[in-house]
Amino acid sequence: MDELIQAWSERVRQAAASGGKLRIRGGGSKDFYGREPVGELLETGACRGIVNYEPSELVVTVRAGTPLAELEAALAEQGQMLAFEPPRFAAGSTVGGCIAAGLAGPRRAAVGGVRDFVLGARLIDGRGDVLRFGGEVMKNVAGYDVSRALAGSLGTLGLIVELSLKVLPRPVAEATLRFEADEADALHRLNAWGGQALPVSASAWRGGGLHLRLSGASAAVEAAVARLGGEGVDAAEAEALWGGLRDHTDPFFSGSTPLWRLSLPSDALALALDGEQLVEWGGAQRWLRSERPAADIRRRVEVLGGHATLFRHGDRQGACFHPLSEAMMRLQQNLKNAFDPAGVFNPGRLYEGL
Amino acid sequence: MADRFEEPAFGAVERDFSQVDKARLVQALSRVLAPASLLYDLEDLRPYECDGMAALRQLPLVVVLPDTEAQVVEILKICAAQQVPVVARGAGTGLSGGAQPHRFGVVLSLARFGRILSIDAHARRAVVQPGVRNLAISEAAAPFGLYYAPDPSSQIACTIGGNVAENSGGVHCLKYGLTIHNLLKVRGVTIQGEIVEFGSLALDAPGYDLLPLVTGSEGMLAVVTEVTVKLTPKPQLAQCVLAAFDDVVKAGDAVAAIIAAGIIPAGLEMMDQPATAAVEEFVRAGYPLDAEAILLCESDGTPEEVAEEIGRVRAILERSGATDICVSRDEAERLRFWAGRKAAFPAAGRISPDYYCMDGTIPRKRLGEMLRAIQDMEKKYAMRCINVFHAGDGNLHPLILFDANKPGDQHTAEAFGAEILELSVALGGTITGEHGVGIEKINQMCSQFATPEIKAFHRVKAAFDPAGLLNPGKAIPTLNRCAEYGRERMGRTSPQAHPDLPRF
Repeated sequence: MDELIQAWSERVRQAAASGGKLRIRGGGSKDFYGREPVGELLETGACRGIVNYEPSELVVTVRAGTPLAELEAALAEQGQMLAFEPPRFAAGSTVGGCIAAGLAGPRRAAVGGVRDFVLGARLIDGRGDVLRFGGEVMKNVAGYDVSRALAGSLGTLGLIVELSLKVLPRPVAEATLRFEADEADALHRLNAWGGQALPVSASAWRGGGLHLRLSGASAAVEAAVARLGGEGVDAAEAEALWGGLRDHTDPFFSGSTPLWRLSLPSDALALALDGEQLVEWGGAQRWLRSERPAADIRRRVEVLGGHATLFRHGDRQGACFHPLSEAMMRLQQNLKNAFDPAGVFNPGRLYEGL
Repeated sequence: MADRFEEPAFGAVERDFSQVDKARLVQALSRVLAPASLLYDLEDLRPYECDGMAALRQLPLVVVLPDTEAQVVEILKICAAQQVPVVARGAGTGLSGGAQPHRFGVVLSLARFGRILSIDAHARRAVVQPGVRNLAISEAAAPFGLYYAPDPSSQIACTIGGNVAENSGGVHCLKYGLTIHNLLKVRGVTIQGEIVEFGSLALDAPGYDLLPLVTGSEGMLAVVTEVTVKLTPKPQLAQCVLAAFDDVVKAGDAVAAIIAAGIIPAGLEMMDQPATAAVEEFVRAGYPLDAEAILLCESDGTPEEVAEEIGRVRAILERSGATDICVSRDEAERLRFWAGRKAAFPAAGRISPDYYCMDGTIPRKRLGEMLRAIQDMEKKYAMRCINVFHAGDGNLHPLILFDANKPGDQHTAEAFGAEILELSVALGGTITGEHGVGIEKINQMCSQFATPEIKAFHRVKAAFDPAGLLNPGKAIPTLNRCAEYGRERMGRTSPQAHPDLPRF
């Protein structure tokens, strides 16, 4: 493995010296995401395998090119999981891609996002230096927390070769309930439930139906079911529902109408934008299928205190991610330059010029 | 191509600020601050000469106490223009000297930013100014059945701004996370005087996620002026199990067994016999004095959930060889169990003139090894050490007992502490879990990180603060310092962290 990392480091050095660009790719399951990828392909699949897994430490260290499926199977064997439920848009998704994209699934609002579970990382920066940040322990404030900042950086800060992630036990019990509710009612209820000690682990609203998943100790789930009412959804149907939302195999995500991911304060008012909508994360993530001009959507979302990502089926030459303030853009540019001064990695994938 | 980035000069050697002109600085600051907000006479500066790490004292040139964010902007612009170091300060409870003043610099106290701006119970968030005390947030949220989860032991005094700067933990972070996991948004001012918001009111923000970089950055990247925190519903019930063990290693194994069983307790703490004895004498928490180690394991949630979890925990503790198990019968007893743990530091202060608190984190399974090594070090340095641990997350707080009035004792305690920290790194852990590097552990950073990482940290710093004016000399050592430290400890340890640096 050291040889591979050395070879990659050499390749990065040469690219930096010659003005070359590298397009980092794991399983390619998120090729559609972000701005148009450019550069010579560098595939991470060979950097594969679980390096260290200690179930009682709640930590796994894994090479970036390891298929997510392989890692999740190893965790499941020990009754554990990646609690942020990363999407698996295709069979080949890798752990590195999952962290670089920074996308989380239905459990996000309950347990935290990708960044919250990153404990350490090893990466090759744009100078070809192999760097190690963080580690395998839960609490670590030595040095800036660079490894967490890699979540969602779309590979533009460095080539991730290894990650240490916090894992959690799978819940003992789970139940899904369904309620009739319009959008405003659903948003209100979700926020109200969020303020109570309920074991809510996921939620989804669309077209008049609100689904709520409860996870935890059997006693807690049973008590919550008794208290909340609603209509019970059978286990197989529930699994298909949450799996479809997590991996975007749900029919909502098919078709070629632009798909927007709107990240909002959970209590933000109803969107009032035309298009089909799906609300997750207790109101904090709202998916929109809409042909409306990007400017309209961004303006509305800004008013509501959030940001909008053109997730799929849009113009990938333009801006996919929400525009930043001038001061913030300068900081982001500086950070990019700190790690990748020659602009080798995934140029322009996140923002033009980054 | 590569010249888009210039290596920060402050990364190699510490910058010399001796040219700072105090009179000129005071004059410029007096244009934006009222006289009562601008201190520069010796007797006014004295209260600021140290933070919670009182062994190190340094007077600043000037202390400023702004009331508004606009004033913070102006202060930072003045300091940037005159190239003056700025050290932001909250309550000054930090244990690693992070708020220690700079000799040629300004201390920027956020003491007057003490207002809770809003509590939104429906959205479960609070917007507060950085000088608000940690506990005050939970108190303000309590009428809504909510609280702010991270609870460092100093929570009655420490401020949220300081918590952000240190990424503070507490006894409940195994289940509820550190400061970073409980923040939505941090608003701050860069050294250029620009207002920037990190994070958002949503669960993420566009672009690079700078919130984890700023959180725990020890005032090196920006000055925090407003913090939006998540509020958590108060659990209906919390109960605490107190278990005694006749062997420290057995207690450590019990911790691993609880986690391995899929239980994430709300708190999981361990104390060794000397620590137990010290606090028992002080607060009478009801701890067994004959036990080699005690564990405190807290369960919270609905009454049903707690009953189920306590049952499982009890069974595991019995299997792990606990000699005595006691479950809190009511809230008063639960609080008494915790009172002992939370009083560990003052108790150490009662049995010893001085104590030195360490903060390494190690993988839980290495706990036994670490404890045995500390016992050997007690003999080696002829100094006592009592141990309290956030066992659930492997965060150790060995308290080295010494007497600063005895010649050489302070130095011996420091050497003892340094050896514990270096062993933490060797065991796969870190030199600081929650107290920060500050000035205290700056040398040990050289053991934990090699030159390329140290350089990368300096570049991150420069991305925010290219002239290196915010809290210079803290948290990240210069390469020069690491070379010197390496020279000092040559022969003591085998692997060299900086093989590429000239050493002699």
